[in-house]
Amino acid sequence: MLGLLARLGATTISSFQRLGRGTFFLARVLTGLHSLLPRPGLVIAQVYSIGVLSLVIIVVSGIFVGAVLALQGYNTLVNFGAEDALGVLVALSLLRELGPVVTALLFAGRAGSALTAEIGLMKTTEQLSGMEMMAVDPLRRVIAPRLLAGFVSMPLLAAMFSFLGIMGAYVVGVGALGLDGGAYWSQMQDAVDFRDDVMNGVIKSLVFGFVASWIAVFEGYDCVPTSEGVSSATTRTVVHTSLAVLGLDFVLTAVMFG
Amino acid sequence: MQNGRFVEIWVGLFVAAGFAAFFGLAMQVSNIPLFQTVDGYDVHVRFDNIGGLRERAPVTMAGVRVGRVKSIGLDENTYDARVTITIDRRFDRLPEDTSASIYTSGLLGEQYIALSPGGLDFYLRDGDEITLTQSALVLERLIGRFLASMGEGDDND
Amino acid sequence: MDSGASSPDILVDISDLHFHRGGRPIFRGVDVRIPKGTVTAIMGPSGTGKTTLLRLIGGQLRPHRGVVRFAGQDVHALGHGALYRLRRSMGMLFQTGALFTHLSVFENVAFPLREHTQLPEPLLRDLVLMKLEAVGLRGARDMMPGELSGGMGRRVALARAIALDPDMIMYDEPFTGQDPISMGALVKLIRTLNDALGLTSVIVSHDVAETARIADLIYVISDGRVVDSGTPQALMESKSEWVRQFMHGLPDGPVPFHYPGPELVSDLLERR
Repeated sequence: MLGLLARLGATTISSFQRLGRGTFFLARVLTGLHSLLPRPGLVIAQVYSIGVLSLVIIVVSGIFVGAVLALQGYNTLVNFGAEDALGVLVALSLLRELGPVVTALLFAGRAGSALTAEIGLMKTTEQLSGMEMMAVDPLRRVIAPRLLAGFVSMPLLAAMFSFLGIMGAYVVGVGALGLDGGAYWSQMQDAVDFRDDVMNGVIKSLVFGFVASWIAVFEGYDCVPTSEGVSSATTRTVVHTSLAVLGLDFVLTAVMFG
Repeated sequence: MQNGRFVEIWVGLFVAAGFAAFFGLAMQVSNIPLFQTVDGYDVHVRFDNIGGLRERAPVTMAGVRVGRVKSIGLDENTYDARVTITIDRRFDRLPEDTSASIYTSGLLGEQYIALSPGGLDFYLRDGDEITLTQSALVLERLIGRFLASMGEGDDND
Repeated sequence: MDSGASSPDILVDISDLHFHRGGRPIFRGVDVRIPKGTVTAIMGPSGTGKTTLLRLIGGQLRPHRGVVRFAGQDVHALGHGALYRLRRSMGMLFQTGALFTHLSVFENVAFPLREHTQLPEPLLRDLVLMKLEAVGLRGARDMMPGELSGGMGRRVALARAIALDPDMIMYDEPFTGQDPISMGALVKLIRTLNDALGLTSVIVSHDVAETARIADLIYVISDGRVVDSGTPQALMESKSEWVRQFMHGLPDGPVPFHYPGPELVSDLLERR
């Protein structure tokens, strides 16, 4: 019993320590961010490996999520004779929730884990240390471009995800289920507000992009420099990012639409 | 450096595609307000009851959309609902005695304002007020009235 | 670069250094002075924190007490910018080489130059090729680090460490896990580079024979203190029995074969 209590205490203390280290780490990275200004190439290279290489999974899942939404939504809506509202259903669920959230979860699995593993391995093989001794600050040279690239890539990926989802639903709804294409778009345009729905979705994905990249680079930088250390850091990235995204999504939704 | 070029092109495509998707969402999916409030004139309408009318609901005439509801407020002197609608600049020849009613599109659909033209030669202009209005049909009230008339019918028999 | 006016012949001056990690003391008052232009070796049994000492000199770790001066500057009193400027005059060769695995040999050596200078590409190329020539690997410039043998990797790392023409190079266990040929090459290389470029070299090692061949001065560290120091010959005939055991590699002596712990019998009985 006492042992259980002690373990709970130890876990709590170490999570707070981690949070503290993460915050200091973030502050140090952000203060060094200006050093990227003369070197946009560093960020571009990372947008490639974080954003462009995530395209395939985002495109495919966006189309399929939209198509499935259309099928499911149609079956329910048709009972009420409201199948023309399919466009509204699909667009609102994608823009407000599924676009930002699913993109962030896929991002954690595809890009976040890769970031953590890459940085963790650089730490394990003393590349980060070596960089420091070459008078190159790894926080500025390695971490900052990755953080920024993740922050930039996420909203773009989420916008593509939502857009392709709506197109996928259009193909299923109008092409396969025989809805009226005009009604699909016009009902959608009537119901979807640019600021309330589109922009709030963008704000969500900006927040998720920031948090997901932060967690990924921090876990890599903070990992125990062994092979188990890197692998458990990679797992933690995916788990923590997913939990953080879902929790933040609830908070943001409550603030925006509550 | 060929590799760097390759990366740059892909990143360029990626960013362009992202922005294209965003603009697609803005233009095709949502009714981006920037483009719709600019070109039009405001007319005030008073209703006893607006039912479930909401901001940005369509305003139609003969079934054709001519504008949108801009804002909804309460007149604290008369306790009327004061609705401001924006009518597209193209439709600048609506007679001054045009009347407005609130209808529902479909059984469970959105509520909208339908305008029916009057016969005057003077036209509505920015800041004018439409006085001939018919309020929304509130379902409970309708049913209540219906039940009441049924009751009266029973008494008469 | 040079602001050390107090003792011009001493490049690194470590005094009364205390450091502990996780409650375990690693250094308990270490004094080391590394003269300019020499090859100085820091030796000691495994686990005495020799690598830690290099990290303390490089400012990657902070001592809990004591001062490390490099060219007269207190390394740990410097701010972020000044510390990074100071590190440009230090090179460090890590035990693993620490090459960037995603860059070719050429780009690895070019990395510090690209980071710190705006040299035009042709000049940069010449410089990199010269550095690679110095370690005998000019022909391997297009290889990736994964394709190199351990000894070649370490030589590439050495070329990278001297890319910025530092005043001092620190070698962390340069001889571990090397076959005799590449070991010989490295030993020769360290000495030649030191003399040809006018460097100061610090070698951390526990390979007595190789280190003694090239070192001008050896510090022997054990149990958190400097046990003895002097030229290799002097240490071979040291008065201290312990130092002689270490230098001649005898299996038992003052250094017990067993790591300190409770008696075996009591340890066994304690567990039910």
